[in-house]
Order: sequence, then C-alpha cells, then structure tokens
Amino acid sequence: MRKRFATLLLCAALAPASAQPDDATLDRRVERVTAELRCLVCQNQTIADSHAELALMLKRQVRDMLARGATDRQAIDFMVQRYGDFVLYRPPVKASTWLLWFGPFGLLLAGLALLFARLRARQFEPDNEESAA
Amino acid sequence: MKRYAIPLGIFAILLVFLGVGLRLKPQEVPSPFIGKPAPAFKLSQLEQADRTFSPQDMRGKVWLFNVWASWCTSCRAEHPVLVEFAKQAAVPIVGLNYMDVREDGSRWLDRFGNPYALSVFDADGKVGTDYGVYGVPETFVIDRQGNIRLKLTGPVTPEIIKNTLLPLIRELEHA
Repeated sequence: MRKRFATLLLCAALAPASAQPDDATLDRRVERVTAELRCLVCQNQTIADSHAELALMLKRQVRDMLARGATDRQAIDFMVQRYGDFVLYRPPVKASTWLLWFGPFGLLLAGLALLFARLRARQFEPDNEESAA
Repeated sequence: MKRYAIPLGIFAILLVFLGVGLRLKPQEVPSPFIGKPAPAFKLSQLEQADRTFSPQDMRGKVWLFNVWASWCTSCRAEHPVLVEFAKQAAVPIVGLNYMDVREDGSRWLDRFGNPYALSVFDADGKVGTDYGVYGVPETFVIDRQGNIRLKLTGPVTPEIIKNTLLPLIRELEHA
C-alpha cells in the first residue's frame, strides 16, 4: 500500500516533466525553424542569426508557438501568411520563381547548344575557318 | 556585321537585366495582405487604457492605420506630415503604437501633436506581427469592407499623400 502510494507520488512528480518538451529539444527546433526564415531588417541574415529587434521578437514568437505544440511547418506557415514568400530564406519553387531556379541551367544549355552548333559548322566546312588574327 | 549580332544581343539582354535589377527595391517587401481583410484584433487604447478598439469599429469607413513608436526616428520625421494631413480631415487615421511604453507614447503625442483619431497600444508587437510589420513607420489603407488596399513602408511624405493616398481614398470612398 505504502509502496503504491510512493509510486503514485513519483508519477505525479514526473508527470509535468514528461509533458513538457525539454528545453534543449525546443531550442534545437527554434533554431531549425528560424534558420529557414529571413530577417526582414537585415535581409541577408536568417532570423536565427540576426540580432535585430524584429528578429529577436519573431524568434520569441516561434518559441511560444512551438512550446504550445505547433509543428515546425505551422510556425513557418504563420510567418509566410504575414510576411509573404519573401520571409523564406530558400525561395519556394513555383511558377513565379522558375526563372530564378532554372534560369541558370537554361543559360548553360543555351551556351552548350551554341557551342555544339559552332563545332558542327566547323566540322563540315574545314576550309572556311576564321583566321586567328 | 553578323559576327557582332550575337555578342550585341547578349549585351542587350544583360543591359535589360541590369536595368530591372537597379529598379528593384528589396527593402520594400510586398505585403501578402493586399485585397485581404485586415487581421482582427482587440487592443486597449493608448490614451484611454480602459477603452478598447478593433478594426470592426471602422466598418463602412475608409481609414488609415499607421504604425508608430516613440523610439522611432523616421516616425519623428513623418509626424509633422501626418499632423498637417489630419487637419484636412480627409480620412480618419488610427495609430498602432508599436512595442512602446505607454507613458512614452502618450508624452510623444503631447509634445509633437496628435494626428490620430485614436491610437491602440501594442506593447509586445503581436498585432504588428499579424499585420506583417517589419519596420516603423508603416501605413495601411483600409477600405469600407475592412480590406487592406495599400501598404506603405517608411515615412509618408506630402508627395505620397498627394499622388497616392488622396486619389486612392477618393476612389474607395465612392466605391
């Protein structure tokens, strides 16, 4: 009887501790989420890295949300709703950002195509080489 | 002549990109709220702490929502312009006193004049975050249905009032 009571007491003591995500995990999650977000004051920094007043405040808000049980995705969506895609440090792939994502590859392909066209032309007309002067 | 066509073409394309790039203003982040309802909130008023305000109270009116703080130097520059504009009574201006101290905010208005119909007190900046505020001052134009129609970042100038705000306000009043 006494043993059971002790166990109950122990459980009661441990219950709040196990319901709370421990601080180190929360810190890591806050770090991970805010590393995905751009600080709008110093725009080349993430909210994780920035010490601007705004970044510190948004970091606090992210921490509050995660501590209250929000997922990482929800915290990021919360910021995108308010600040738009610009707040994402990695721009999302969508119609309006295709040029940004695939433009460089397009340029590379165009350059290669031009190069091959030139080489082919040269192959078929060996005496028509441009002088190197 | 044909020899120069391709390099010239590439140069022209580069020029276009450069021209576009020079005109971008990365400091002005487009607001995702344009055309969408102004986020709801209920905050206590700055000067009368026992009274609250929410955007609902402005239904049927076109109004300006201006974010300011006593610690903000650009607001200090913008303030006389707003005081002058308020004299025209073209549109009610509601202030969002952002991450400030209540006494400081009140004292600031007493010293420099009060262009606001009222200001609400956003001590922890939560409402500011809901509106996507990332600097002060910022100004929102809200229409009679309670939708945000325009967001200005940075101080409002007499030119902006004349060329942007007044035409838009007139248009929205007759809508």
